[in-house]
Amino acid sequence: MSKNVLLYAAILIFGLVAPFVFPAFKVQLSILCVLIVLATTWNIQGGEMGYNTFGNILFYGLGMYLCASVQVGMFFPLAEWTESGGEKTFVHTPTQFFQGMAAGLVVAAVVPTIVAGLIGYAILGLRGHYFAICTLGLGVAAGEISGGIEIIGAGQGFTTPPFPNVGGLEARGEFFYFLSFGALVLTFIAVRAIYSTRFRLILNAIRDNEDKAEAMGIETMKYKIIGWMVSAFFCGLAGGIMGGLVGYIDSTDVAFDGREMGVFMVLMAILGGKGTLWGPVIGATVFHIFKEGFWTFFLGWQYVALGVLIVVIVIYFPEGIMGWLREKYPERFGEVVDEADRKAQVELK
Amino acid sequence: MDFMVFQYPMITVQACLDGILLGILFALIAYGMALQWGVMNIINIAQGDLVILGGYIAYFMYLYGIHPAWGVIVSPIIMYFVGVGIYKLVINKVVDRDLFISILATFGISILFMQLMNFAFGADVVLANSGYGTTFLFDSAVVLPNSKIFSAFVSIVFAIGLVIYMKKSKLGRAIRATAQNARAAKILGVDTEKVYAATFGLNAALCGVAGALISITFTIHPYMGLPYTIRSFMIVIVAGLGNLPGVAMSGMGLGVFEEFADYILGTEFRIGSVFLLLVLILVYRRFKLSRKREYLK
Repeated sequence: MSKNVLLYAAILIFGLVAPFVFPAFKVQLSILCVLIVLATTWNIQGGEMGYNTFGNILFYGLGMYLCASVQVGMFFPLAEWTESGGEKTFVHTPTQFFQGMAAGLVVAAVVPTIVAGLIGYAILGLRGHYFAICTLGLGVAAGEISGGIEIIGAGQGFTTPPFPNVGGLEARGEFFYFLSFGALVLTFIAVRAIYSTRFRLILNAIRDNEDKAEAMGIETMKYKIIGWMVSAFFCGLAGGIMGGLVGYIDSTDVAFDGREMGVFMVLMAILGGKGTLWGPVIGATVFHIFKEGFWTFFLGWQYVALGVLIVVIVIYFPEGIMGWLREKYPERFGEVVDEADRKAQVELK
Repeated sequence: MDFMVFQYPMITVQACLDGILLGILFALIAYGMALQWGVMNIINIAQGDLVILGGYIAYFMYLYGIHPAWGVIVSPIIMYFVGVGIYKLVINKVVDRDLFISILATFGISILFMQLMNFAFGADVVLANSGYGTTFLFDSAVVLPNSKIFSAFVSIVFAIGLVIYMKKSKLGRAIRATAQNARAAKILGVDTEKVYAATFGLNAALCGVAGALISITFTIHPYMGLPYTIRSFMIVIVAGLGNLPGVAMSGMGLGVFEEFADYILGTEFRIGSVFLLLVLILVYRRFKLSRKREYLK
């Protein structure tokens, strides 16, 4: 236990001092935090519940649009803002900016949760690949439809309010870093708390055999919807932060980016190891380092590399890093292994 | 919003005819998906990208001065080998695995193809001009490009040809046997591995035909693949596996729906409405089945 506390304290301290130690990587670290949040929340569905979704991008994009819309709409007419595009006719004062951001993030987190609750009953009744394809359709449909709505910028995009002129250039990066780091800490604490309760066991029961879980008297639909809502809450929050960080929202390339972010979250969770607390965190970190470190070497071939990466990970590495570690060092995971049995199994292979 | 549809009945006729001709094409793609879904139990997200690749083959023939209609013959032959190649490299490793693994793997293939096509052929919207002219009906109120009629005709010929092939040929029988029970087929001497490869190749070849026709009739673009996947998936789940008249009917129905969505909601919502329709159909099926305490599987 004390080892865990030390580990958490070390990570927390690293997180708090990181933007000052590595000032050049502030934006990258903020994106990493958002990616970890997305992978962790995807894992609630895909890993723990066995409902592999491509649709969490819906909540992410919804949060992004909502946060920016509220931030603008609280003080200025939204339609004129989006119409003016890049040329700023309206300028947020610092107070307005931060108030708007705070209100926007609350809305960005709460509304997707409600949406998840409303559509959950209909969508979560589907199983297996029908669920996967249905959520894929939802994400793409949201992107296509939001690309046709004039008030949020339609095809030309939506510029989020620029950071007010306080504290110089460094302040913007630090503000968004601590915002996303805060979201990460909040998500991790919440998910860890959830995983230590009976709720996680119920989700695992749904994953392993939903019919049996239902026969045992668990109201599976209720728990599935709650799990989906928890995901939606943090996805929306992450989306809201990411919108401010990127500074520009496009319907299919930034917000409902099923081709990029929507696949990334699945990939990161699988790379790290589905159904573990730390898997998505490790997966997201490795993925982000790999992506940022090597992306530039591919010179435009990034997506080709991404496609190959997906295929390779899925075919040869479906258990992920945590799964591999678990097979290698089962003692560390609290599993008691009979040495003779293990040898026999190795020989069998 | 545009209410032209209700004011001018001829637009309704136009939309219906366009939709039916388009739907026949969709049905051809869906037929390929139903084939490999039924035999291998794999949902191929890269289906639409295979279609687009087939379209580019016809487009390149057009660029080099060959009439693009020959693409209908050439494209499936090339695509057959592409399909078998994909099977040997990726699909044979995911056939017996969890369905989500196969969805994700084919999603990866889809992204790969999309980008490779983007590099190789550029991000422009292209079409192969067949020079077939147009047919005017009802005092020029309804305009039908002859290429659409040609493509619907060719699709029907290929679909019927494939049905006969599946019924009569040795490979067709092997495919049907494997679809019914892969293990039993194996015991009785069917090389299921080969059957799987051939099935995926046939599916890709059908996509090639459809793609060549789409490049003549409509436009192709490297990123346009996913909507074709979703359309064929939707057609298959509405019709059910192995119900060929159903596939044709629901394909045409989808085509007509799209044309009307295009007229009424506007072109920018066309693709969105297709994806939304998929969600609605799945949700409808889910509620219908849940009354009997069953679920889609």
